[in-house]
Amino acid sequence: MSNREEMIERESRLEQLVSDLLAEAKKQGASAAEAGVSSDAGLSLTVRMGDVETIEHTRDNGLGITVYFGQSKGSASTSDLSPQAVRDSVKAACNIAKYTTEDACAGLADAQLMAKELPDLDLYHPWDIDVDAAIELGTQCEDAARGLDSRIVNSEGASLNTHAGLHIYGNSHGFVGGYPTSRHSLSCAVISQQAEAMQRDYWYTVGCAAADLEAAEAVGQKAAQRALSRLGARKISTREAPVIFQSDVATSLLRSFTGAIRGAALYRKSSFLLDHLDKKVFPDFVRIHENPRLLRGLGSAAFDGEGVATKAKDLVSDGILKSYILGSYSARKLGMQTTGNAGGVRNLAIDPGELDRDALLKEMGTGLLVTEMMGHGVNMVTGDYSRGASGFWVEQGEIQYPVEEITIAGNLKQIFQQLLAVGSDEECRGNIRTGSWLIENMTIAGS
Amino acid sequence: MPSEAVCSLPSQIEIMPDFIDIARGVLLEPAGLHESDLERVLDQLLSYRIDMADIYFQAGRIESWVLEDGIIKEGAYNIEQGAGVRAISGEKTGFAYTDELQFPALLEAAKTARAIACAGEQKRIRVSKTLPTERLYQPINPLSSLTEQEKVDLLRQVDAEARRQDPRVKQVIVSLVAAHDVVLVANTDGTLNGDVRPLVRLSVSVIAEQGERREQGSGGGGARDAFSYLVDQGRALGFARDAVNQALINLEAEAAPAGTMTVVLGPGWPGVLLHEAIGHGLEGDFNRKGTSAFSGRIGEKVAASGCTVVDNGTLPGRRGSLNMDDEGMPTQNTVLIEDGILKGYMQDRMNARLMGGVSTGNGRRESYAHLPMPRMTNTYMLPGKYDPQEIISSVEKGLYAVNFGGGQVDITSGKFVFSASEAYLIEKGKVTRPVKGATLIGDGPAVLTQVSMVGSDLQLDQGVGVCGKEGQSLPVGVGQPTLRIDELTVGGTNA
Repeated sequence: MSNREEMIERESRLEQLVSDLLAEAKKQGASAAEAGVSSDAGLSLTVRMGDVETIEHTRDNGLGITVYFGQSKGSASTSDLSPQAVRDSVKAACNIAKYTTEDACAGLADAQLMAKELPDLDLYHPWDIDVDAAIELGTQCEDAARGLDSRIVNSEGASLNTHAGLHIYGNSHGFVGGYPTSRHSLSCAVISQQAEAMQRDYWYTVGCAAADLEAAEAVGQKAAQRALSRLGARKISTREAPVIFQSDVATSLLRSFTGAIRGAALYRKSSFLLDHLDKKVFPDFVRIHENPRLLRGLGSAAFDGEGVATKAKDLVSDGILKSYILGSYSARKLGMQTTGNAGGVRNLAIDPGELDRDALLKEMGTGLLVTEMMGHGVNMVTGDYSRGASGFWVEQGEIQYPVEEITIAGNLKQIFQQLLAVGSDEECRGNIRTGSWLIENMTIAGS
Repeated sequence: MPSEAVCSLPSQIEIMPDFIDIARGVLLEPAGLHESDLERVLDQLLSYRIDMADIYFQAGRIESWVLEDGIIKEGAYNIEQGAGVRAISGEKTGFAYTDELQFPALLEAAKTARAIACAGEQKRIRVSKTLPTERLYQPINPLSSLTEQEKVDLLRQVDAEARRQDPRVKQVIVSLVAAHDVVLVANTDGTLNGDVRPLVRLSVSVIAEQGERREQGSGGGGARDAFSYLVDQGRALGFARDAVNQALINLEAEAAPAGTMTVVLGPGWPGVLLHEAIGHGLEGDFNRKGTSAFSGRIGEKVAASGCTVVDNGTLPGRRGSLNMDDEGMPTQNTVLIEDGILKGYMQDRMNARLMGGVSTGNGRRESYAHLPMPRMTNTYMLPGKYDPQEIISSVEKGLYAVNFGGGQVDITSGKFVFSASEAYLIEKGKVTRPVKGATLIGDGPAVLTQVSMVGSDLQLDQGVGVCGKEGQSLPVGVGQPTLRIDELTVGGTNA
């Protein structure tokens, strides 16, 4: 799927498949339907200890259909794109719809909300790299990590992934849309050792275009530096202290925030931010913004999972919650209008502050810098937060020593209110962009 | 053949077709594929300098139903089928797959996969051997073991049971999932083996509300069986009551303590401790590469005397059990720790061969589109001698944790976490007040040396566990008796 003509031809074939699915649904008696088809191909390879470890050629197809009989619905999906699979899937979905209950909120998003223009968001940059060149790049990356320091004693390898694919969505309002996307990444994980203790860490780079990736050597070196910095980690005693979430882990706090303002969590009354619209959730200086049509953005899309046009908006401005994250179903359940977020948020960012990470450490003085978290200890109903952590103990703004085998705990509502500063050291690699977060106080459990 | 008549027969009267015949019928015959075609594909692979190669065929069907707000809100049906071809040369693996079960597509995948090695001499393969496997579950299709109407009625009964428990129950979500997986593996060592794997699961999640406070609770269970497993003995209704009880208890919960203290873990699902602290670190791949905190420690004491931990894929009907693993090897009962001493690793074929051992039947993969690797089945600790009540009574001040959500482990440093979803304080030998959920953190190779009492009450979990590794999710089981751990760090807010 490397050249553009082939992609255009493929696009028209998949669009035809979507129309076939919708036509079949109508034929089998559905009053409305929506369908998605995707096709993706790629290469994943790992180089470990200077030699190729795995080469995987991936080719994934998928087809999904949801049918509505009035207000009852049924869904089916398959990895098979044959005409027989189209008929069978529609039949399975229609059969299910006989047994689901009429639901006044069910149905397609309103026809007038469908995206009318589908601008080119510059998301398709296939990487014409052959296996040998990919191995070479992986080798450079891992060599840079292993060669950095004699305490890098082992490796999980460097992995290169390159994927390009197409996703087409259509529904019985007559909407059909889709475009090709590509995604490439290079990652490296190595192990450092001092006395008996081993520490592992990693680094990665990801982008729509190969040109957007960090240099292979830089990725390897960062992985090695991170693994080295953890050597000699110790446990600290139980205490309360300010905490900095380094930018790459601070993304998870924003993810918890978006999870709490998701329509499904709200109408199920299972969110700690229930009924918080237009209320103060963060301090005044906080603005959280979604930019779904960012050119070359990893989360970019011109329409959401229901064909609704996406648009840029503030979720939080001046610390006040300005918008939920809704698809049409949860919007109807809440008596609101969809925000074009069926399928989630796209390119979310919190405005960066002025302090870089080191200045943020100075601002904190004495406290904990968290660089990794473990486990799932986030209760989205209550906001109670308790997670495994490792990082560094900081005194007078200077890193003292690495710490591990501790937990950090609090409640997300308070953690958000106690956000003292956001760093200028933005993590830009994924769908969520943020600097490091300085939190006034949390409970640290240790020895 | 009337399946209901067969199912009622004692299992030693085997009049159902072999798994492998069913697998042939589902995977090969519709595509017009014969064993000679598989041999031709394997020949192609072996014409290169390859140590081992295999073809994995899979046809999977999953059906799911969701009840929410008292109505049957969603239903979905998924069909997934294809074949994966893997070629191994030394420590290298080449892999390709196709969703077309046709000879040309298989041949192309084989040519792609074998490129990992150099061309060599032509060899001929004959697939004929089948390895003996136990019958741990019947080769049934659970999707058709109830009618659609019966399935949605079951969901409604579970919803009603949850709501009947207490007026504070405000939200009930019930999901019902059945999977039917038919697999066939042909290997260059000449083996051909098949399996038919049923799996059912019911999950209940509730929200209870009291004044301004809302709390959740969950319950659920499943097995490699027909839906009747969930209906029998009122199991599904029991899961609803479990979920409500947990939510109501959490409505009363106070802030959890923070710091290192004595922890008593209840029986059953808290065995996720073993899965995280011990299990992953003993998977063969990490040990072959020397990246595990347990690497090179066979024969060392890693747990208190009296602690014996096994990974057992041969328990009839259990969620983590398999007649054969995804490399066609029979599953087995593998002793990981015996009376405190580290005994062995869990192996797939490749890692076993590279380490000079044999597969322990732990080679598993999420689907044909994923590579196999060493994975757990049902991992648990054998019972000890203490009465559970005696264990609680022995604790002056500590935490009693009886239910958990997920966990995670850093294989290399050995640090692991698991998060309690239902826990109580122990004060002066008595279970007193409920506390909020909290994450517990410890060191894998050290935590079991802190076990001072092992209960006599071994329980396995209810059958809902999912394990993720390198992006692949698999059903697993865990279990343990009540355990006293003298020191473990509890991540509450009450310092």
